[in-house]
Formats: sequence, structure tokens, C-alpha cells
Amino acid sequence: MSEDSIYIARNSAIAARALAGEMMVMNSADSTFFTLNEVATTIFQAADGKTPLSEIVRDHICEEFDVDPQQAQADARQFVNELSAHGILLVSSQPLASETI
Amino acid sequence: MTSTSGKTACVEIGKIPIALSTTDQTFLDLLQRRYEGFLSSSRPEFELEFDLISEGLATDDDVRVSREGGEWNLKRGDFHACWNPSTGRGKVRQNPNPYSLDSVLRIMHSLILAERGGFLLHAASAICEGRAYLFSGVSGAGKTTMTRLAPSDVTLLTDEISYVRPNEDGYSAFGTPFSGELAKAGENCAAPIACLFFLAQGPENHVDELPSTEAVRRLMRNILFFAEDHGLVEKLFATACDFVSRIPIRRLTFYPDAKVWDEIRNFNGVPQHV
Repeated sequence: MSEDSIYIARNSAIAARALAGEMMVMNSADSTFFTLNEVATTIFQAADGKTPLSEIVRDHICEEFDVDPQQAQADARQFVNELSAHGILLVSSQPLASETI
Repeated sequence: MTSTSGKTACVEIGKIPIALSTTDQTFLDLLQRRYEGFLSSSRPEFELEFDLISEGLATDDDVRVSREGGEWNLKRGDFHACWNPSTGRGKVRQNPNPYSLDSVLRIMHSLILAERGGFLLHAASAICEGRAYLFSGVSGAGKTTMTRLAPSDVTLLTDEISYVRPNEDGYSAFGTPFSGELAKAGENCAAPIACLFFLAQGPENHVDELPSTEAVRRLMRNILFFAEDHGLVEKLFATACDFVSRIPIRRLTFYPDAKVWDEIRNFNGVPQHV
């Protein structure tokens, strides 16, 4: 899948709370916890299932964090793979129904 | 205070009165002895009817708590309970031993509290100078030791399962009859929580801050909750985050002698990220 055709959405089994400037997410299915950094939080919050990952990176990450677009795309892809492996994000080549927090 | 109408005793823990009904006088006597100090004349919010059986002693099975329609099902080798929070009524089929009864009540309270913004915590708790302190940690961290070292003016709420409910300004801890190694029920009273300490033993006493996210992580790990229910787990997570934002959480490293209570008495902390 190219970045243009990757869509990400938050899993409905995920609970998320911002605390002391950090985003904590918990998978209620197995009670595992993750603390997201600023970039990860931005991607997580933008994961509406409708916006391609490439657009999220271009409009939110590159703009807000002033990073190299190519590097940002690669980092975002790696981050999405990790959160997907933990069941926090759903990944598809088609738009997904949004599972908002 | 005791109120028995027929074969019913009302047990009030954390200001939540639950009527326990049985046709067996011996079982009634047992639960009145076990929950002495927590018997109440309040109007019960919930009622459990007990059907006693002689088989089903095995307690090795993991407990399963699931919701079917509006009814909770609580199952373990030694008991099977159904309870409907809307009607307030439930039935328990169990062997007439107090450990099964304790477990059913603990699970029921954990479900009620989750809906009401509270929780049961694997922690000892005590009141010192009008403020409640909670001591949590893994087995062997020193929960019972802390209660044993407490000076005589300290009121023990529990050495095993702390009962936490929100109040107007923060959270309060209530006494429970659920005891651990100390084999002694807590006092039936409550106080606003001044601090939750996560315990570790060391060569000297010191109190350290914990990052908020680590505090939430530890808190969630020690909350007693058994239900397979996404909505309630999410509520508990929200409650844990709120608790951490309103109550100081610290790591207490202590050398096991009575001086540790001087640290507690002098504690005057605020929530970590306020």
C-alpha cells in the first residue's frame, strides 16, 4: 500500500485521555497502556478513517513540527504499523468508518 | 446496628446498603458475625437472595463477570450469581462459606462503584488526623506491614481492599470488612483521601513523585475489576485519570519501623501536575 491509499481509524475498544500534556491510550480488551508522544498524538487524533495517512502527515505533522516530508512519511508509517500491531489503530487501503474517542 | 427482618441482614459498605436474604439461620448467623460493624438499618439499595448448596467448593476457576441484557452474571467454581442493577435484585447460588460471600460482595461493589465514579483498590488504607492514606503495591510490598506499624491513634480502614468513592472535593476512602493477612476487619468510617502511596521497602524512608502517566498505569493495575465490559473499563480509565489529577500519588520507600508514620503524618503534597 502506498501512503496515498492508507487510511487509519481508532479502534472502538480504545480509551484515550490527555493527562499532564501526554496522551494515554488503553486497549480495554487487554488493559494494555501506551503513552503517545506529540507526533503520535497528532496522528492518533487525526485518524478519522477518511483522511489518507499521507494527507495527515502533510497537513498536520510537516506543518506543525517542521520536519522533512519524506522522513515524516516514513516515521508515520512505522508508528502506524506499531499501533496497528497493538490493536490501537485500524489500517486499510479503503476509507474506514470512524471510531472516534 | 443490626436489622433483621425474617432472615435478612443489611450490610452497608461505602454507604451502599445491600440486603442479604437467606432461609438458613446458620448462614444468617455467619454473615452477621462476619459483617458485624457493617450491619445497617438503612433501606437497602440492592437485595441478594442466597440459595445454599453443598457442592461446588472448587475455587480455582477464574471468575467470569459478564453482562447479558440488563443482568450481570458472576461465575466461579464456588458460586454463581445473577444480579440486575435496574431492579436492584439478584440471586446467589453458593456454598455456605464466607470466602465465596466476600467475593460476590466485592465483585458487586466493584460494578456499582465503576458506574458511580469509584473503585476498589488492592491497597491498605487508614485514617490519620482526619485524612485517609492509601498504601498500594504488589504482594509483599508492605501493605499489611504499614497497618501493623500504625500508631494507636490511626484508624484502620482495611489492610487489603480499599474502597474509594468521589466526594465534592476529591475522593474518600471507606472502611471495609474485607481483610488480608491481618485477618481483621476495618473500621466502618470514612475520610477524604490525602494521598495514595505506592510502596517499596528500602534502607530509609523517602517519598518521591511519580509522573502522572505512571501513576495512572499503576492505579489501573491495582484496581479490582473483573467484568468483560468495554464501557465500564472506559469509565474506570476516566475515573483513574480524574483521581490522579485530584489526589497526590507518590512512591513511598520505607524501612519497616514505626518512624515511617512520621513521614505520612508530615506529608502535605499536592497532585503532581497541578
